[in-house]
Amino acid sequence: MIYDIIILGSGPAGLAAAVAARGRNKSVLVIGSRWQDSPLAKAERVDNFLGLPGRTGMEMLKAFYQHAAGLGTQFAVGKALSLLVWNGFSVTAGTQMYQSKALILAPGVVRSAKYPGEAEYLGRGVSYCATCDGMLYRNKPVSVVGLAPDAPQEAGYLKSLGCQVVYVSPRQPEDLDPDIPYVKAARLAVRGGQTVTALEADGALLPCSGIFILRRAIAPTDLLPELETENGSIRVDRRMATNLPGVFAAGDCTGAPLQVSKAVGEGHVAALSACEYLDGSDG
Amino acid sequence: MIHFDQKQFDQALEEGSLMMVDFWAEWCGPCQMLGPVIEALAEQYEGKAVVGKVNVDEEQELAMRYGVMNIPTVIFFKDGKEIERKIGVMPPQVFAQVLEQNQ
Repeated sequence: MIYDIIILGSGPAGLAAAVAARGRNKSVLVIGSRWQDSPLAKAERVDNFLGLPGRTGMEMLKAFYQHAAGLGTQFAVGKALSLLVWNGFSVTAGTQMYQSKALILAPGVVRSAKYPGEAEYLGRGVSYCATCDGMLYRNKPVSVVGLAPDAPQEAGYLKSLGCQVVYVSPRQPEDLDPDIPYVKAARLAVRGGQTVTALEADGALLPCSGIFILRRAIAPTDLLPELETENGSIRVDRRMATNLPGVFAAGDCTGAPLQVSKAVGEGHVAALSACEYLDGSDG
Repeated sequence: MIHFDQKQFDQALEEGSLMMVDFWAEWCGPCQMLGPVIEALAEQYEGKAVVGKVNVDEEQELAMRYGVMNIPTVIFFKDGKEIERKIGVMPPQVFAQVLEQNQ
C-alpha cells in the first residue's frame, strides 16, 4: 500500500504529526525506534508542558503513543536505511520497503558527524546495514560500532552468519551475546589500504575486513542529500516545509529549543501542511 | 533488462559496450527499492546501454571479482573496464547522468 504520509521518528514531534494527520483522515505510517527508546524516556520530570506538569518522560511518551495508535496510526519499528524520491517517497527499514506521497522528518537530534576514514571507506569495508551486507562478510573478521539500542541484536545476526564479530562502543550493552568480544572505546577511526584493514579504537588497532557502524538513526541529510540545513538543523519555513516538495520537518531536527512543547507544536503544523500538500496535489 | 550469470556477464563485457550493472540480493531492502529504478533505466536506454542485474548470492565470483562489499552497488563498464561505481540507493538521474556522459 502507498501511505499518504510517512513520518520518520516516533518521538513527540512524530507522534503529534501522526495525530494531526489522522484527524484529517490521512493514512499514516510512523517509522522509528520503540517509543520507550526515545531520549525523552530518560527525563525524570517534565514541568513545562502546558497543564500537565510533573510527569516523567516515560509517562508522556506512553500517552502520546497511545493517542496516535488509538487513532489508527501504523507503526514500523526500525531505522530508515535509505530513502528514494521518485514517484513519491520510498523508505527502507530493515528488509521492508514502504511508500508514501508525503514525508515528515521528525528523527530528533541526529548527528551527521562521521569518524575519520568513514566516508572514504564506504563501499570498501564500511557498512551501515548488517542485514544488507552481512552475507558479503561471511567467515571474515568484522567490527560492529554499536551506537543504537538494537546494535547488539545486529551483532548477533552477523555472528549467526559466520562473521567473526568484535563489538565496540563507549558503554557495554547489557544484551550483548556473551560470546562476542567487547571493546570499550569512544575515539574511533577507520583504517585501510584499498579496503578496510582495521578499526582504530582509542589508539589500538582491531584488524578487520568490515566495519558496521550502527547509529540510532541515519542523518536526514544522508538520506536526502539535497535537503537544506542551517547551522546543522533542517531549514524550514513557518509551515514546517523544507526546501524539497512534499517533505516537512518537525521537532529537535529543526533546531533549539529542544523541548516537548515545541516538538508537539511543530509536529502538528507539519502534518497540517502535509495534508494541504496532499489535497492540493490530489485535486 | 538482463539477469546476468557469470557467462553472460563476461560475454557482454567482452563486447565492450556501455554497461550498467546492479549488484543486489533478495534479502536486501534497499536493493528492492532500487529495482524499479534500474528497470526504468533499462527501458529508457534500450539500444544505448546494456543494463542488467547480478544477484550476489548466486554469482559470488562476480561480486568478489569486483570487490562488492555493499549492496546495492551499481557498476558501469565500457570497453570491458570499470569506469564508475555508485554505492547505495540513488535517484535515477544520478545513473542517467553517467550513462549520458559515456554515450
